[in-house]
Amino acid sequence: MDALVATYSRPAFEDEGYSSDEHQELIQAKPSLSLNFALPPMRNPSAFLRALTDDHANPSCPIKLAHGTTTLAFRFQGGIIVATDSRASAGDWIASQTVKKVIEINNCLLGTMAGGAADCQYWLGYLGMQCRLHELRHKRRISVAAASKILSNLVYSYKGMGLSMGTMCAGVTPQEGPALYYIDSEGTRLAGNLFCVGSGQTFAYGVLDAEYHYNLSEEEALELGSRSILAATHRDAFSGGFINLYHVKEDGWVKHGFRDTNPIFWKTKLEKGEFSNVTANL
Amino acid sequence: MASILGANPTLTSIPSYSFSQASHNNGATGNKEHAFYPYTDNGGSTLGITGNDFAIIAGDTRLTSGYSINTRYSPKVFRIGGDDETGEGAHIILSVVGFAADGTALKERLNAIVKMYKYQHGKKMSVKACAQRLATILYGKRFFPYYVTAILGGLDEDGKGALYSYDPVGSYEREQCRAAGAAASLIMPFLDNQVNFKNQYLPSTGEGHDLLARQAEPLPRHEVEQLVRDAFTSATERHIEVGDGLQMLVITQEGIEEAFFPLKRD
Repeated sequence: MDALVATYSRPAFEDEGYSSDEHQELIQAKPSLSLNFALPPMRNPSAFLRALTDDHANPSCPIKLAHGTTTLAFRFQGGIIVATDSRASAGDWIASQTVKKVIEINNCLLGTMAGGAADCQYWLGYLGMQCRLHELRHKRRISVAAASKILSNLVYSYKGMGLSMGTMCAGVTPQEGPALYYIDSEGTRLAGNLFCVGSGQTFAYGVLDAEYHYNLSEEEALELGSRSILAATHRDAFSGGFINLYHVKEDGWVKHGFRDTNPIFWKTKLEKGEFSNVTANL
Repeated sequence: MASILGANPTLTSIPSYSFSQASHNNGATGNKEHAFYPYTDNGGSTLGITGNDFAIIAGDTRLTSGYSINTRYSPKVFRIGGDDETGEGAHIILSVVGFAADGTALKERLNAIVKMYKYQHGKKMSVKACAQRLATILYGKRFFPYYVTAILGGLDEDGKGALYSYDPVGSYEREQCRAAGAAASLIMPFLDNQVNFKNQYLPSTGEGHDLLARQAEPLPRHEVEQLVRDAFTSATERHIEVGDGLQMLVITQEGIEEAFFPLKRD
């Protein structure tokens, strides 16, 4: 009888404490490679998440996530320039003025971050891992086309779940030369010479399109990248902070500073006579 | 979610990189589903500042829900990776503010992971590694988030104070100082000015555009402690969810010291 009872009943407190899965997770100190995301116990998890975190649909949503903003990248004869601002806002609140929106995937691949800060950070980090694995498996560096496709296929598989990212992958490989791709969480993946992404994109495009041509010198290209971000930080409230500048060359990327916009703005105005709509007199 | 990218009304044609605008019916059955709302905002505030050879994380100890004060002593700052329940031997500190139950769950999970790391590898987890791990823990609940803002503190490989701040789904950044929670918007501007010397200029360097900005430098410990106390007494004056007590954890090469100061209880 006891054997029967034992077979067909379960201990009264079985569900308390850690389940075997949770126990496994604790024993295994490393995060597992398979991506197991917790989901709320309901039929439509993405509606739940939207109600809580989508401040576009619901301005009083309780969980405000940090967002990234103006980013740009363009190809020119000397490689690729990548430039971003550094502001992250959560609703109206400026959550940080010092965000690193250029993510160094490896020493010759860069990713940029617009949209959800956590989404970009996590998935570009994941992409870095996949790129390294590719390198080990195939004994050569991954092409930018392949790397960007890993990311676009990945975000496409989560489409509709609420991921929010607009990112660019820039890199130079022997096969492709300088290559630039735009990937967003809707599943878009585009190759191109010039992209601006984020709420300040229109302002950046305005300056960039006017002055851009492929045969820019290195110095001109860096100045143009910086000036386009400056224009965006000036007119877009969600952009600001510091200008983060990178130059991707054949033998890897080079960082060209993380500089405060305010002194750059006044230097541009007073020394070059631009921004004449702003008065310098008290 | 698309606050930044979609908020500018003139830019409505720009993709919002977010949710598709979903219909509001409840599927084919037409059954009304009760709202599933598993979160409460328990108020309170936390704050962290680093110096050359220390990191301080502090939090008030009031726990509210709505306009009710549920308790006057519920700590928000914890020792991570300690040998026993007192936290003796810990080398990392964590503060969590937002929904207290999620905060406790997160703290316990991180604590378990940091301990398992020590048992498996025979060495303590570095603060850098712990910071990255906390980000993946938070992101693991990307679609059912922990309703918390976390701050992690410790000493880095060079013995310098390290502070990492997080959003609810795990985007993180190393910083000199950070305030989180209900009174973040009251405390953070004060910290920008007093820790990073934002908008401070050196008076003797000229006038107008010639003025040079004062450069930030790491502050000594007694000054930082005073800043923390001032930040919380001021936040208590102007925020209803902040008060009762101030719990402060200071991590140095010698270990973790805890201090408690009463705040106004009204």
